[in-house]
Amino acid sequence: MSILVNNKTRLLVQGITGREGAFHTKQMLAYGTQVVAGVTPGKAGESVEGVPVYNTVREAVDKHGVNTSIIFVPPRFAADAALEAIDAGIELVVCITEWIPVHEMMEVTAYARAKGTRLVGPNCPGVISPGEALVGILPGGIFKPGPVGLVSRSGTLTYEVVNELTTRGIGQSTCVGIGGDPIIGTRFIDVLRLFEEDPQTEVIVMIGEIGGSDEEEAAEYIKTMKKPVVGFISGRTAPPGKRMGHAGAIISGNTGTAESKIRALTAANVPVADTINEIVDLVEQRLK
Amino acid sequence: MKFLEYQAKEVFAAAGIPTPQGKVAATAGEARAIAEELGGAVVVKAQVPIGGRGKAGGVAVVKSAAEAEKEAQRILSMEIRGYPVDEVLIEKAADIKAEFYLGVTVDRARQAPVLIVSSAGGMDIEEVAATHPDKVAKVWIDPLIGLRPFQVKEACYRAQVPPELIQEMSGFIEKVYRVFKEQDAILVEINPLALLGSGELIALDGKMETDDNARFRHPDAKGVDEQAEHPLEQRAKELGLSYVKLDGEVGIVGNGAGLVMTTLDMIQRHGGKAANFLDIGGGAKAEVVKNGLSLILSDPDVKSILINVFGGITRCDEVAKGLLSVIQEMEVHVPIVVRLAGTRAEEGRALLAESHLATAESFQEAAKKAVELARA
Repeated sequence: MSILVNNKTRLLVQGITGREGAFHTKQMLAYGTQVVAGVTPGKAGESVEGVPVYNTVREAVDKHGVNTSIIFVPPRFAADAALEAIDAGIELVVCITEWIPVHEMMEVTAYARAKGTRLVGPNCPGVISPGEALVGILPGGIFKPGPVGLVSRSGTLTYEVVNELTTRGIGQSTCVGIGGDPIIGTRFIDVLRLFEEDPQTEVIVMIGEIGGSDEEEAAEYIKTMKKPVVGFISGRTAPPGKRMGHAGAIISGNTGTAESKIRALTAANVPVADTINEIVDLVEQRLK
Repeated sequence: MKFLEYQAKEVFAAAGIPTPQGKVAATAGEARAIAEELGGAVVVKAQVPIGGRGKAGGVAVVKSAAEAEKEAQRILSMEIRGYPVDEVLIEKAADIKAEFYLGVTVDRARQAPVLIVSSAGGMDIEEVAATHPDKVAKVWIDPLIGLRPFQVKEACYRAQVPPELIQEMSGFIEKVYRVFKEQDAILVEINPLALLGSGELIALDGKMETDDNARFRHPDAKGVDEQAEHPLEQRAKELGLSYVKLDGEVGIVGNGAGLVMTTLDMIQRHGGKAANFLDIGGGAKAEVVKNGLSLILSDPDVKSILINVFGGITRCDEVAKGLLSVIQEMEVHVPIVVRLAGTRAEEGRALLAESHLATAESFQEAAKKAVELARA
């Protein structure tokens, strides 16, 4: 088992004919993901890496039984692409695109909730269930199947931790990059709920960062969980009022500080690692 | 993008929201001329993109044009919490009967806009919310249906807006929400929103911040760029780099916001301080590395540089080759530590070993070396 994506995932790539879309379609196919269709308006009839391209999501869904979509559409058009996927009734929509306007994202997340679609992202690296499916831009080669579930607001920090886990022989059930934006479809708490129910996952790693209060909200839920969670928070030394790369990584007033997040996690009995190596040490101890 | 008070008020006025008569001045002489034109008592207000200017002495009420000139002179020479005052707004002093608070902002946790109305205006709203929660009404707006009349009324009733004012206040709120939507704002705040002796409601102060991701829809927007305060940040913006100037001595280059933030944390853990945040993004493309490094090398505070790259889909040996070609072309006057991790990291390090660059295997070792070299 795993969460969100697996060998039954039938993937649609929105923006498949673009540079990023085409490149990552190739990578995902090479990983073994069933990429069944692509969409680029006006490019119906073409194909990318052998994957047929359609004008609309509806058409692709009707012909190929799509259950998951990934979005590589440029920021100005990405919200519309997400709405189209939600409207077509796709269960899971993963949005990689960065720089989508906040007002549009509020509409997209509200529409996804109304229609019962799970949205991951935007501004995220996607989801991987090692050995089963890659729906994202994560480097598949560093992952291996195993018992650790990982959820993170940061792509490269995920890779750092996974690389260290894999090097030490510890595999992963699913790794979910939830994205660095202030308005995102799936939050820590949503992924923690899924991991708690997933039989393969034994230990969970949660990589948070400054900005917002999703880590604090997750900490409240962790108090009710049976599975152990290991935490990490980046941006401890970030100055207030400055966006640190991610649109969502900003301390505004007294909210969003690393101290507040570490305090909340500690209160939920989650050990918060100081370094990447320590994350893996803590995971190792909990697997034994 | 943050808007100065007068910039926000220009947007408000264009949307039919009443604002006081006034003009902005860059010199004391201009301030005097404006005060003369307005006649009578005027207010002189520092224009800075940060709160707390009143407490800092950046606002003065005066009775004559001569006094306005004197106060403008004083305020224009001030620096308020790090922001030099370049402009003052001169406005006709208002005859205030009551003060309210009105704000619309994005609630991250609820993923929706929130309308905030209070009958305790002119004060710090967070303080009012903490001490008199009954005086602050918050109404969350479903992005799919927008702000509806029943919500506006609910907010007014809960905020204890006097019954005879509710109709006018409702119209005011609807206009402000329209500005919030049309400008792609993440914050519109009017504090105080004043009831004048004449019975009119007016935006005495104005604050607005808009979403940078939506800037393409507002090519003519006039505001100040909050992220480009330091000249190096301005330069980074022109180069399209994700850069923040910090006050330490170790220059940082990395790929991925989370990785770079963690690198800053590790520098501090080893007793140093980072001179900047710089995210070169995925793949470490040669042009971006080059622009990033030259920017950091032009920072006189930088005593050593740590390049921390995780090679994912882009292999580390490719990253190393790119780094070497870039660095060979540049004049490097400070020691550089490179840490490569991920796909083909060993091969990458082997390539760098032939250069004069210091390499490190682990995050910790790299941070420690960079801090030591900055001190040497």
